[in-house]
Amino acid sequence: MASIREQFEIPGKMRTWSLALIGVGALALIIGLITMGFSSDEHERTHFIGTLMYNAIFWTLVCNAAMFFICALTLAMGGWEIAIRRVSEAISVMVPIFGAITFVLLIYVVATGNHHIYHWLDKDVVENDPILKGKSGFLNPVFFIIWTTLIIGLWSLLGWRMRQLGREADQGPMDLETGRSFIWRGTVRAAMFIVWFALTVGSTAPWLWLMSIDAHWYSTMYSWYTFASSFVSGISLIALWVIYLKNKGYLEIVRQDHLHDLGKFMFAFSIFWTYLWFSQFMLIWYANIPEETVYFKHRLQGPYKGIFFFNLIINFVCPILILMKRAAKRNYTLMTFMAVLILFGHWIDFYQMVMGSLSPDHVTLGWLDFGILSLFVGLMIFFVGRSLASKPLLAKYHPFLKESVIHQV
Amino acid sequence: MSKKKFIVGCFDDEAVLFPAVKKVRTAGYKIHDVYTPFAVHGLDAAIGERETSLHTAGFIYGITGTTTALSCISWIFTRDWPLNIGGKPHFALPAWIPIIFELTVLFSAVGMVLTFCYLCQIAPFVKKHHFHPRATDDLFVMVIECTSKTNAEDLKGFLAANGAVEVNEQVAESGWWWGRYDKDEMPFENRTAAAY
Repeated sequence: MASIREQFEIPGKMRTWSLALIGVGALALIIGLITMGFSSDEHERTHFIGTLMYNAIFWTLVCNAAMFFICALTLAMGGWEIAIRRVSEAISVMVPIFGAITFVLLIYVVATGNHHIYHWLDKDVVENDPILKGKSGFLNPVFFIIWTTLIIGLWSLLGWRMRQLGREADQGPMDLETGRSFIWRGTVRAAMFIVWFALTVGSTAPWLWLMSIDAHWYSTMYSWYTFASSFVSGISLIALWVIYLKNKGYLEIVRQDHLHDLGKFMFAFSIFWTYLWFSQFMLIWYANIPEETVYFKHRLQGPYKGIFFFNLIINFVCPILILMKRAAKRNYTLMTFMAVLILFGHWIDFYQMVMGSLSPDHVTLGWLDFGILSLFVGLMIFFVGRSLASKPLLAKYHPFLKESVIHQV
Repeated sequence: MSKKKFIVGCFDDEAVLFPAVKKVRTAGYKIHDVYTPFAVHGLDAAIGERETSLHTAGFIYGITGTTTALSCISWIFTRDWPLNIGGKPHFALPAWIPIIFELTVLFSAVGMVLTFCYLCQIAPFVKKHHFHPRATDDLFVMVIECTSKTNAEDLKGFLAANGAVEVNEQVAESGWWWGRYDKDEMPFENRTAAAY
């Protein structure tokens, strides 16, 4: 393997593109801040903050899903992904950065008591509302701030520890004992991350950040639904970076077989997402209790109807029909297309999850949403590229590397 | 029922098996099958098997299940016997999705199992010749079919030179037959000394 290009050099084009996207995004942010953020109209301000919020939360969760992917495969002793592990590690570098943005936003919303976004921040309303009062042990500013700090802090910390361990695979050949201890420490650290992940993405983080926008409404499926959304997007993001690097002539070990496995994940978790989407919808549709159907009322019968079904088509019908065939999962062009489609679809999903509640009367999708999206995409490309360039692209002394090299699907 | 002559080469390591398979195929011999104690990755491609169409069959069965369920339920609940269930519309698609899904899975699963059994000729009382009892334990057994042009002695030497630990010649039923082993043949009786 002498011909392996280990070091990623950021192409000028990529830097230009990422900076251009950041520039467009910053422009949109500033114009939005002036026209909406400082507006005297409550709806305008809510629209602005809500747009920032769903973008920030979406991208944080997506990048965190890359670390979840590493940890889950570490625990399962999955060797095939060693060839692409550095890519998912690089994506997970975004967790502290996007996490900080999310943190600042959420703390700003809660600290200023913005009850247009979080209904439960209004103390008078909570006092006179038995449902909100019953939830006030969980939905209160103090708990929100402490728990959000812990969520983002521990994601960053545990992910960082996982990445630090990954660097040991660069240092030199491992003998049996070192290799064993390396795998064991990886297992422990991955397990710690997974437990925290289950307590946050699998339950509390979506409850606090997203579901509490509709403070009266709740769904036990909601967190899993959010997790499925972010995980399938995370895998798509990894696939996109892998294809990009492969196109540039890096990642020599990665073959169609690795792409095939990523494609399987994209296919499987698109269907998992649909399963949760449907389970959440059908139970509420069937029971038809007003306090539960309120969530779907303006999405299914109001202005969000188009987006609601578009969401289902783009995130379920397209993946199941297009990605079903083996040949499709091994085709770089089709996989690129599907990865972009899935990422976009779940971004739209997050859009309707947040804005569908904040602005139920009219769809706000417009220049601001795409501007902020371009800001986050630009930041993602910029920092992931930098992180990829900062260390070797292949964990070449990893004990499981051979499994990845001979991987065959 | 047609008996054919086979040359059987046994290997004790897949690392030896793969180059041997390649050489046997390059030499132009016809590999009847390779029996292995466990699934060996890449072997099907190496012996030149085409990719199975089982999944295409599964898709068709699944679609059949979907169609059956949807047409059945929608006919029953909208035409044949409309019922007012909880004030829901007669065409209550969300409520049917689980049943449609289950029938899709049922059709494709059962259909694929039956197709698999058909393709591999597995059924009660269907018997096939066992070329080597240790193929289920620790030997990789390559079976080469002899045609009228095959020189059996050459082939045996060729296999042994390529790492076969045991080579023998068998005249056996090439397909399957109905019946019982104790009447027709005892697969575990024609043991060769080298195998044990």
